[in-house]
Amino acid sequence: MFESVLVANRGEIARRVIRTARRVGIRSIAVYSDADADLPYVREADEAVHIGPAQPAGSYLNAAAIIDATRKTSAASVHPGYGFLAENAAFASQVIAAGLTWIGPAPEAIEQMGDKIRARNLMEAAGVPVSPGSREPVVDADAAVAEAARIGYPVMVKAAGGGGGIGMGAAADSDELRAAFETARSRAERFFGSPEILIERYISRARHVEVQILGLASGEVVALGERDCSVQRRHQKVAEETPSPGVSPMLRSAMLAAAVRAGEAVGYRGAGTVECLVDAEAGSFVFLEMNTRLQVEHPVTEMVTGIDLVEQQFLIAAGLKVSFDPAAVAPSGHAIELRVYAEDPVRFLPGPGKITAWSEPSGPGVRVDAGYQLGNTVTPFYDPLLAKLCVHGSSRSEAIARAREAVAAFELVGPKSNLPFHAELLDSPDFVSGDYDTSLVSKLRS
Amino acid sequence: MAEVRAEMVANVWKVVASEGDHVEDGDTLVILESMKMEIPVLAEDSGTITKMHVSEGDVVQEGDLIAIIG
Repeated sequence: MFESVLVANRGEIARRVIRTARRVGIRSIAVYSDADADLPYVREADEAVHIGPAQPAGSYLNAAAIIDATRKTSAASVHPGYGFLAENAAFASQVIAAGLTWIGPAPEAIEQMGDKIRARNLMEAAGVPVSPGSREPVVDADAAVAEAARIGYPVMVKAAGGGGGIGMGAAADSDELRAAFETARSRAERFFGSPEILIERYISRARHVEVQILGLASGEVVALGERDCSVQRRHQKVAEETPSPGVSPMLRSAMLAAAVRAGEAVGYRGAGTVECLVDAEAGSFVFLEMNTRLQVEHPVTEMVTGIDLVEQQFLIAAGLKVSFDPAAVAPSGHAIELRVYAEDPVRFLPGPGKITAWSEPSGPGVRVDAGYQLGNTVTPFYDPLLAKLCVHGSSRSEAIARAREAVAAFELVGPKSNLPFHAELLDSPDFVSGDYDTSLVSKLRS
Repeated sequence: MAEVRAEMVANVWKVVASEGDHVEDGDTLVILESMKMEIPVLAEDSGTITKMHVSEGDVVQEGDLIAIIG
């Protein structure tokens, strides 16, 4: 095993990685911007290096500053977390070229999966179902209309190099499509540095279900169950659960097998996630995209399997065997993650601010992965995730009951917070029944 | 005269309208960015922009004046 890890990230995920590093005896190194000097992860790391200004371009997206920090601290490896440079193949290559261990898949796999059009084509060739869609970039609005006529409305417009729901838009006809195309293209250029756009058939009543995979050092790819991520606002996840209430045992085994094939098709190593759309009524699914990194919502998988995914990432990157028997993974109970965002619970608009009260819930089956604590200031420079409130129960109903208590017990004053939304979600008949899809949040707000 | 103020702490990403422009109710004046989200600030009245108080790259606090529509 390597001696040290530099975590090229911030907030809750940096703290999460540092926690496992400490447990398994790896020296941890944090990096931080001007805005984050007081956050818990900076203090909890064995060492911390200031890398730049609050604006991400000068700090967490600044590959040169991060590589420089690895030299200053003699770091042996780099864990990228999620977001920022986690799916940047050039950064992964720079880390490797600097003689360090990259805790993630090979740069080639990141590149193949980072381009959504290439990924779709690759998955189709590997026998993974994909929805009707573009096989090459759509160059302008006229081409988009022609492509949609072939695919059939409604369609979803996306940035080929994108993620996080940014720039995505659905269109029911050619007028809506032209507008959605222009929005997607301007966002794609601004956020992802690539104007390439793809169009896919939009499945309106679908669940968003993803499969956690691990590509082992031996080359074998294993699937560790699914997560249902259908509770979304603005195409971004707000709550996740495992197992999915909308996936039958037969569908689950088909999805897990397809996810393994997806990983094998790119020679995948480390933790990755294969995202799919599930038509629960038809009992079918299509490939959406693959995330070549640790996922925000990984804790729910950890809670039902008892496997520390960050530890497995370390082991695999070091070329070692994982700490569990891949042939004997037996998920138990039900887990739910609620993303506590600094945003108002009605319109979901951002609400940064200074935290003047903060008390996390605790108790059986409760886990809180927080990036902040009392006295910290939540700034407008980064995403609104304050904490992940995760609960485990022996059944879905027990998990929901624990989640309700935990939400009520979470004291948070200062920034706006969506905790009241979570209380509402956990009481909504659609969520409680388990029979919901990605339209759930908009139904709650209509 | 109508004062347009920021609803939250944010960065000014784009200034869409300029001083002297005539705007209608609902027109976008500036686009703020906070927590990776773009938030358009709209005119709530029609009139002429007599003063634009922000420039691109500024950080505004909740309640800060963005523009005055006369």
